[in-house]
Amino acid sequence: MSVKRHEALGLTDTEVIEMFKTMLLARKIDERMWLLNRAGKIPFVISGQGQEAAQVGAAFALDRTKDYIAPYYRDIGVVLTFGMTATELMLSAFAKAEDPNSGGRQMPGHFGQKKNRILTGSSPVATQVPHAVGVALAAKMEKKDFVSFVTLGEGSTNQGDFHEGLNFAGVHQLPVITMVENNRYAISVPYDKQVASSNISIRAKSYGMEGVTVNGNDPLEVYQAVKEARERAIRGDGPSLIEAVTYRLTAHSSDDDDKYRMKEEVAEAKKNDAIVSFKQYLLESGVMTEETLDNLTKEIDTEVNKATDYAEKAPYAKPEDALKFVYEE
Amino acid sequence: MPVMSYIQAVTAALREEMLRDEKVFILGEDVGKKGGVFRATEGLYDEFGEYRVLDTPLSESAIAGVGIGAAMYGMRPVAEMQFADFILPAVNQILSEAARIRYRSNNDWNVPITIRAPYGGGVHGALYHSQSVEAIFANQPGLKIVMPSTPYDVKGLLKSAIRDNDPVLFFEHKRAYRLLKEEVPDEDYTIPIGKADVKREGSDITVITYGLCVHFALQAAEKLAQEGIDVHILDLRTVYPLDQEAIIEAARKTGKVLLITEDNKEGSILSEVAAIIAEHCLFDLDAPIQRLAGPDVPAMPYAPTMEKFFMINPDKCEKAMRDLAEF
Ligand SMILES: Cc1ncc(C[n+]2csc(CCOP(=O)(O)OP(=O)(O)O)c2C)c(N)n1
Ligand SMILES: [Mg+2]
Repeated sequence: MSVKRHEALGLTDTEVIEMFKTMLLARKIDERMWLLNRAGKIPFVISGQGQEAAQVGAAFALDRTKDYIAPYYRDIGVVLTFGMTATELMLSAFAKAEDPNSGGRQMPGHFGQKKNRILTGSSPVATQVPHAVGVALAAKMEKKDFVSFVTLGEGSTNQGDFHEGLNFAGVHQLPVITMVENNRYAISVPYDKQVASSNISIRAKSYGMEGVTVNGNDPLEVYQAVKEARERAIRGDGPSLIEAVTYRLTAHSSDDDDKYRMKEEVAEAKKNDAIVSFKQYLLESGVMTEETLDNLTKEIDTEVNKATDYAEKAPYAKPEDALKFVYEE
Repeated sequence: MPVMSYIQAVTAALREEMLRDEKVFILGEDVGKKGGVFRATEGLYDEFGEYRVLDTPLSESAIAGVGIGAAMYGMRPVAEMQFADFILPAVNQILSEAARIRYRSNNDWNVPITIRAPYGGGVHGALYHSQSVEAIFANQPGLKIVMPSTPYDVKGLLKSAIRDNDPVLFFEHKRAYRLLKEEVPDEDYTIPIGKADVKREGSDITVITYGLCVHFALQAAEKLAQEGIDVHILDLRTVYPLDQEAIIEAARKTGKVLLITEDNKEGSILSEVAAIIAEHCLFDLDAPIQRLAGPDVPAMPYAPTMEKFFMINPDKCEKAMRDLAEF
């Protein structure tokens, strides 16, 4: 029998099942959040649906014990891989005091958790790019063997901070990996009205770094690209830009009507849903049985239910807590 | 005690902090090999090497943003903006990021960065090399803004800024760089951020100001002393957040208050100082609060006639002070 794709990448069966499980957990949490939003229980959702393969594939290729990440708002799969729990994500969705991202101060999707080296993020897009470069600069100065990993959407690559950050990283050959999750829309504006270059990764050339475009619906392809980028960075060969081409399966957010895309286009994209295709791969290659899948799905359902219950019942911050932590106390 | 200029005090503070803590590093445009366009980082590149005195690309948002990232990791960056006027491309990083990171992360992350920038006019710098930019940042909780007036204060306050666990904007008056000299101790000392300082005790009128204008006000006060007018001068030193207690005390002391800034008048730091006095000192005042400031034009022009018209100087201070004393 020929070597399976994941084995060729050095991934064990257990590891790819773990990857799939994380993708599915991300999807199920996300779906639950939409239900909660439509039921009027949480004010806002911003989704990662359709992008889980890119997120989880990439995050698995990093060193989860020492690398730093600066994720963007869709990266539920990235933060789950880096140790944030379903309960913590739900606490953030319900804006409860125990939310580790912000204690209920920020909208959901604004990740941050120091103990897992997840830098705190904001709303203005691409501001996280220079931050990741700054962490990589620190790694170089301190001669430490970790990398930083930053993500953003393709529309956000038009911001000055993308250019300023990547150029800085290129000039100083810093160990930072930038992954653009190209889901082909920035809210309603499609790729060809957003970016003049034929793809995002060719921009890498002008920053003096490696650039590669991969199929963002294939977690193994993304894993490989990020793994190679990480090895380059650790060797001292500098930064990389990876473009993962995906599709956003939901509206931009719970406040978006999604009327600017053809229904047929979305339906077509759903045929390439990585949750389905990766599941197929694991079943067909004999890594996972239907029974394993059933158990795993049940486990995840229970986890999401528990997380939702816990977060719904958890207390809000006290009103006057709004006054805390402007400066060191 | 050695005599140091204002800019030598900057260099001394930077050097001593870099020797004390190897997490402290400098980044900015031309700060390395050249030692900065004003020479604030002179000699530091040779002493500490490329990565502790880093020449960055011409890229202000990256200077701030990369500094913020390094600070979140645990470094102590001192970022230099070549001129305060050119801090504007970095405003998003400073306001949306540095100022909000502790708050938005519920105290999980913090940003111990110092951002230094030379500001101010009287150097034939015209619109884009003369501006005072503090008011743009002075309603942003999470930030601290320090604007020292003397070499002694520069050294102590810059050290405090670098050791502070929150972001500090440190604005240095570029005309003061070589104009002002005084004895500055070689020893390590710090001056607390957030505390104003009485630069002259007096009983007739109170002047509240900061930066180079402190120097102008002191000169004017010496002249007025010969006429028997005794001027009390409070140097704000930190313009955000303001030292309310010191402002109230200084206003109550004489009941006649003149506020001076080189910035445009409307919406300046003085407006907030006036509001604090209005809130707390109604029954202590013997005259309306006076403001002496730059005119409300975008920035000071190049031609010497117009530049002089815009700038504060000892004569303008003297006149405003005498008028108030005679009220
Ligand atoms: C500086 C800034 N401008 C506008 C917005 C509003 N906004 C939020 S997301 C978004 C589109 C981003 O598109 P893209 O970068 O492709 O990421 P995607 O949402 O498609 O994943 C816009 C315009 C913002 N958050 N920040
Ligand atoms: Mg997009």
